[in-house]
Amino acid sequence: MTVTARPGDPAITPALVAEHGLTSDEYDRLVAMLGRTPTFTELGIVSALWSEHCSYKHSRPLLKTLPTTAPYVLQGPGENAGVIAIGHGLAIAFKIESHNHPSAVEPYQGAATGVGGILRDVFTMGARPIALLNSLRFGSLDSARVRYLFAGCVKGIGDYGNCVGIPTVAGEVVFDPAYEGNPLVNAMCVGLLKEEELMLAVAQGVGNPIIAVGARTGRDGIHGASFASEDLSDASEAKRPRVQVGDPFTEKLLLEASLELIHSGHIVAIQDMGAAGLVSSSAEMAARGDVGVVIDTLKVPAREEGMSPYELLLSESQERMLVVARVGREDHVRAILEKWDLTAAVIGEVIAEPVYRVVEGDRVVAEFPGIRLVTDCPMYTPEARESDDIKRRRAENVHAIAERAEEANPMWTLLELLASPTIASKRWVYQQYDHTVRTGTVVGPGGDAAVVRIRHTDTAIALKTDCNGRYAFLDPREGARIAVAEAARNVACTGGRPMAITNNLNFGNPKRPEVYYQLKEAVAGMGEACLALGTPVTGGNVSLYNENPAGAVYPTPVVGMVGLIDSLAHVTRSHFSTDGDSIVLLGNNTDEIGASEYLQRIHNVVAGAPPHCDLAAERALIDALLQAIQAGVVRSAHDCADGGLAVALAECVMMDRATPTGAHVDLTHWAGLPVRALLFGEAQARVVVSTPDPDAVLASAAEHGVPAAIIGTVGAASGLLSMRIGERQLTVSVAELADTYHEAIPRIMQRSASAQDVALASDSVV
Amino acid sequence: MKFGIVTFPGSNGDYDAYQSVVEGLGEKAVYLWHKDHDLQHVDVVILPGGFSYGDYLRAGAIARFSPIMREVVAHAERGAPVLAICNGFQIACEAGLLPGALLRNASLKFVCAPVSLRVENASSNFTSAYGANQLITLPIAHGDGRYSADEETLDRLEGDGRVAFRYAPDALQAAESYNPNGSMRDIAGILNAGGNVLGMMPHPERAIDSVLGSADGLPIIESILHRVAA
Repeated sequence: MTVTARPGDPAITPALVAEHGLTSDEYDRLVAMLGRTPTFTELGIVSALWSEHCSYKHSRPLLKTLPTTAPYVLQGPGENAGVIAIGHGLAIAFKIESHNHPSAVEPYQGAATGVGGILRDVFTMGARPIALLNSLRFGSLDSARVRYLFAGCVKGIGDYGNCVGIPTVAGEVVFDPAYEGNPLVNAMCVGLLKEEELMLAVAQGVGNPIIAVGARTGRDGIHGASFASEDLSDASEAKRPRVQVGDPFTEKLLLEASLELIHSGHIVAIQDMGAAGLVSSSAEMAARGDVGVVIDTLKVPAREEGMSPYELLLSESQERMLVVARVGREDHVRAILEKWDLTAAVIGEVIAEPVYRVVEGDRVVAEFPGIRLVTDCPMYTPEARESDDIKRRRAENVHAIAERAEEANPMWTLLELLASPTIASKRWVYQQYDHTVRTGTVVGPGGDAAVVRIRHTDTAIALKTDCNGRYAFLDPREGARIAVAEAARNVACTGGRPMAITNNLNFGNPKRPEVYYQLKEAVAGMGEACLALGTPVTGGNVSLYNENPAGAVYPTPVVGMVGLIDSLAHVTRSHFSTDGDSIVLLGNNTDEIGASEYLQRIHNVVAGAPPHCDLAAERALIDALLQAIQAGVVRSAHDCADGGLAVALAECVMMDRATPTGAHVDLTHWAGLPVRALLFGEAQARVVVSTPDPDAVLASAAEHGVPAAIIGTVGAASGLLSMRIGERQLTVSVAELADTYHEAIPRIMQRSASAQDVALASDSVV
Repeated sequence: MKFGIVTFPGSNGDYDAYQSVVEGLGEKAVYLWHKDHDLQHVDVVILPGGFSYGDYLRAGAIARFSPIMREVVAHAERGAPVLAICNGFQIACEAGLLPGALLRNASLKFVCAPVSLRVENASSNFTSAYGANQLITLPIAHGDGRYSADEETLDRLEGDGRVAFRYAPDALQAAESYNPNGSMRDIAGILNAGGNVLGMMPHPERAIDSVLGSADGLPIIESILHRVAA
């Protein structure tokens, strides 16, 4: 069929091509594929599908190196979400996704629609969402703009998830000047399904109708995908209209209607119309099924008159789905949607001819051969070269940094670290998230990992997001290994066997050799850790171009980990609970302070090598810990991470503010280490355990070759945390630790409720 | 005994309410669809939490006009029990089943946390399984939970023993404000004049299993069973 330009469409000029973000090579490739000049509609389609956000053109060759299989992996990367089997005929679908760029210019809607998108990715697999997580990064809270972004993102995430009724159970929030202009907002969703109800987004069956479902299509979010594929600049603010607007009530209707559709047997495939909207969902479903499709844009339910095919195809209006139904079942599909007050319109069909075709009534406005629209996207392997500045920073002798006078009392340092917003309690955040709805949350936010029970079984899943961007900045390979290892350790601390991960790779502009080096090294490190810990990658998201004129964010390879707890009896909490319990340290203390929160917070230094990550030791630690937990001898287990051993012990005595305890520990065995390294160094593969039966814990550790030592006793009566190191006795009141840790963020947010913050925030009240 | 749990399109606590009745007590429960007029001969109606019709306008303002609510109001007027939780409480106030209104939390923020409550009336149809002045812990999760009414109404509620629950400090909460939303006179739950409608912001249906942290909500459903079956 002949493709004709629409009257009124702009002529294709080099300037227009450049405006669409295509390089001249990419444009030539397009012309060669078509054998002619593209129409305006075709140019728009390709600019979206070949954007970084949709095509992964700078990351896919690297992602292919990640381990993705295990006997229990039912669906690996390439679908809307990954799926793993958890026994009892049940499976977990899960995925993480970024909404960084939109959140940078419109935090409330940007973050909210991030949650909406990831929910849809999971329920389109046939899974009912049972938990949400997130991973957030902001600049320093000293800045009014950052406080506005932080408050807006948290409210957006909360309002959306709360309304849909999915508990937000865990996450991480990090504050660092490196994220000043580019906040990172990664949202993860976890859903439960019966194995046999797994639904894929693979178009098939010639003659089957393609149906647009849910909200009508408007002019919002056009070019959102390409916006997310460029650096932020002062001009980004003007692109605020590219940010979509969320409607969680419609999402809730769509969720229920979609699950009903999937279970009805009337449909063969379903996919969210997310980034690049209708065009990406239809082209991807066609490509997965290797079939032809035709879409008639005149049939797409639109919010306003006169929308062009270009706009209808590229709109990122939220809460829409694309469904391939069985031929003849259109009325059944319609009836299900009407029950939920949603519309359904047949807008195209699967065809025998190998072509991706868009028509507007009688006029063909776009046509691509076969599935080449998806498969012909160029792939890039740019030059990778480490930045000299980072090499220098890593090599810096951080041990030579002189202590500040106040550090004569290490308890001053401890309180300073507990007041760091990155370490301090995030209750101000998660209190705004409904984490108890659906009555599955056994361990909610604030612990090592969240635990959500699987109804009608005795099992539960453990969930956690993790990453230390400063580690990845100073050594991307080691940083990514640690991200996986720490997430696994957190999951194991709750009694969960780490099963699989979803990843969110947040990096700068890959065309810069030093950024591509970071990406390449981080993916390599992540692969090593996933292999060593037996946790394949089942999918994820890559977000590049997270930079602004002031520079790139820290490379931030976020890991979303799912673990399985074999019995509710083995669910373990992070904090001490019982007087007289022994405190056992699994793992060893070292003289590593590079890349630590201590250096950043106390000395304003970002330098040194991150702590060494020994993957065999991590695996042994997890095995020893799980064996002890399953033997019933572990009362609590808490990962030793940001801020080191002293912060971990402080958290153990007061992270649960309602039931504070106290502890006396003796670290004389490590008196040979500098005190700051012993207390605040971030050596990996360490867990603080409390136990009524220390011998059994030590035996488990010995069996797996894990160093372990009894370091103290839990005791609430004194109201103190005291630490002996040789002749030195350090003591601090638990009440002071608790006040510092729990009130740090509320105090900052309260103090800053200035006129300016209020004015900024009022933008986002909906 | 048969419980009916109303499902508005934006309800999200309907599942938890259903499970609390069926799993928690082994009683029968059915969902009642908002577009229906049929109460399916249930003995007790639960108006669950959620965002009934999105609640972008005012929580519960549209729900009161739904077909099922006409039947729920008639059910209440017959003296039959209605348990209205969170969004259900908001709807019950909008529908005139209970006096007063639930306004935006004083903090202007959504709050999800366990709260301590004192049982103020331990002899009602919904609270007889509690001890008088018993302190219990239930989760809250709402953005619009600040109970408000005129002074005369508040005096009458108190005078008639119709304040069922109040937010109350316990030993561990002393450091913090115990009233999580700024409700007048710390009111967390109230009864109608007939004692057959209870509206409350905290979620008893989320506290029926100690594995989730609290089973303090179970006595509410047990109380209903004793009284209605008796």
